[in-house]
Amino acid sequence: MKILIVDDFSTMRRIIKNLLRDLGFTNTDEADDGNTALPMLKSGKYDFLVTDWNMPGMSGFDLLKTVRADENLKDLPILMVTAEAKRDQIVAAAQAGVNGYVVKPFTAAVLKEKIEKIFERIQ
Amino acid sequence: MSRMSDNKKIRRDLEPEVTEKLRHQAAELTQCVESGDYAGAMNLINELNEVRDQSLYREVGRLTRTLHEAIRNFQIDPRSPEQKEVLSLMTDASDRLAYVVQMTSQAANRTMDLVEESMPVAHTVRDNATSLRQEWQRLGRREMQPAEFRELYGRIDAFFQSVSKDADRVYNNLSEILLAQDFQDLTGQVIQRVTALVKEVEEQMLSLVVMASHVDQLTGTVHRLEHEEVSAEQGVGPQMKTEEREDVVSGQNDVDDLLSSLGF
Repeated sequence: MKILIVDDFSTMRRIIKNLLRDLGFTNTDEADDGNTALPMLKSGKYDFLVTDWNMPGMSGFDLLKTVRADENLKDLPILMVTAEAKRDQIVAAAQAGVNGYVVKPFTAAVLKEKIEKIFERIQ
Repeated sequence: MSRMSDNKKIRRDLEPEVTEKLRHQAAELTQCVESGDYAGAMNLINELNEVRDQSLYREVGRLTRTLHEAIRNFQIDPRSPEQKEVLSLMTDASDRLAYVVQMTSQAANRTMDLVEESMPVAHTVRDNATSLRQEWQRLGRREMQPAEFRELYGRIDAFFQSVSKDADRVYNNLSEILLAQDFQDLTGQVIQRVTALVKEVEEQMLSLVVMASHVDQLTGTVHRLEHEEVSAEQGVGPQMKTEEREDVVSGQNDVDDLLSSLGF
């Protein structure tokens, strides 16, 4: 299971990386926005994407839409972990095809639950 | 910042001496026009213009001074000579906020370093204890040979030693984590100062707006304001007062409810 973590703050990437490691996912890479993440996704054979929304360069929402529009990437499970809390945004993310949505601040238990739920649904 | 408070009251009208002069000259102007003294009338119109311009310049000057002062007064108390030097380089609010980002990021990384160092220690203690307990239970069931027991005795002794050492290490890491939280004091001070500056600037801006509206009245200018819709697609960051608002979720439970209402 190879996971890409996208967030513009290195501390948040580190927290998510640590939480994922505790859940048994040790194969993780990091990117600081959609523009850096996209080429990695295209060449890296990732199984799961965890992304923030608000980032300089390409936002997580644009990354979500771009991935869903890409023939080779469109089935990649995507979990948004973000401080964006407007109802409109959550509805937009759901319509764009996000698999899970976690609002910051979050707990390890919430992250675990959402990831497990996504994998349950896929299998 | 004490001088700021003198200007806090926002004047809704022009200065009394200005309105007085205006009234006086308006009367004179009517007189000039009625008596056919057009040159005199033109002179008075010029003077009126000047009165208007000068009161505007005075207001702008006052505003510039108070803004300048607010920016100059905006400093945090340096704790050490080293910090004093760093702080003396910071002259504006964005630098100060960048300093807050840097301090909080430093603290977060220091804390995570220490946590990442402590976690394997706790793991090792648990693994060793689990393995020793199994041996210990074998001893209890009298399944152990004397040679095995001697080996177990040695391992238990070594375990006790390592537990004391590991506990010390975890304790030290925890107290360093505690110390890493001292950024809150410094960043808190900086943020409070930035907030105070923003408030002052806001007040001064408001008085500028009020003043500008007087000028608009005098010149008969009407502004057409175009309301621009801000798109949330690029992200708008954390929301405040989420409990009181309808358009934002107040936590993960709200998100889950919303998503399940959409069939998720």
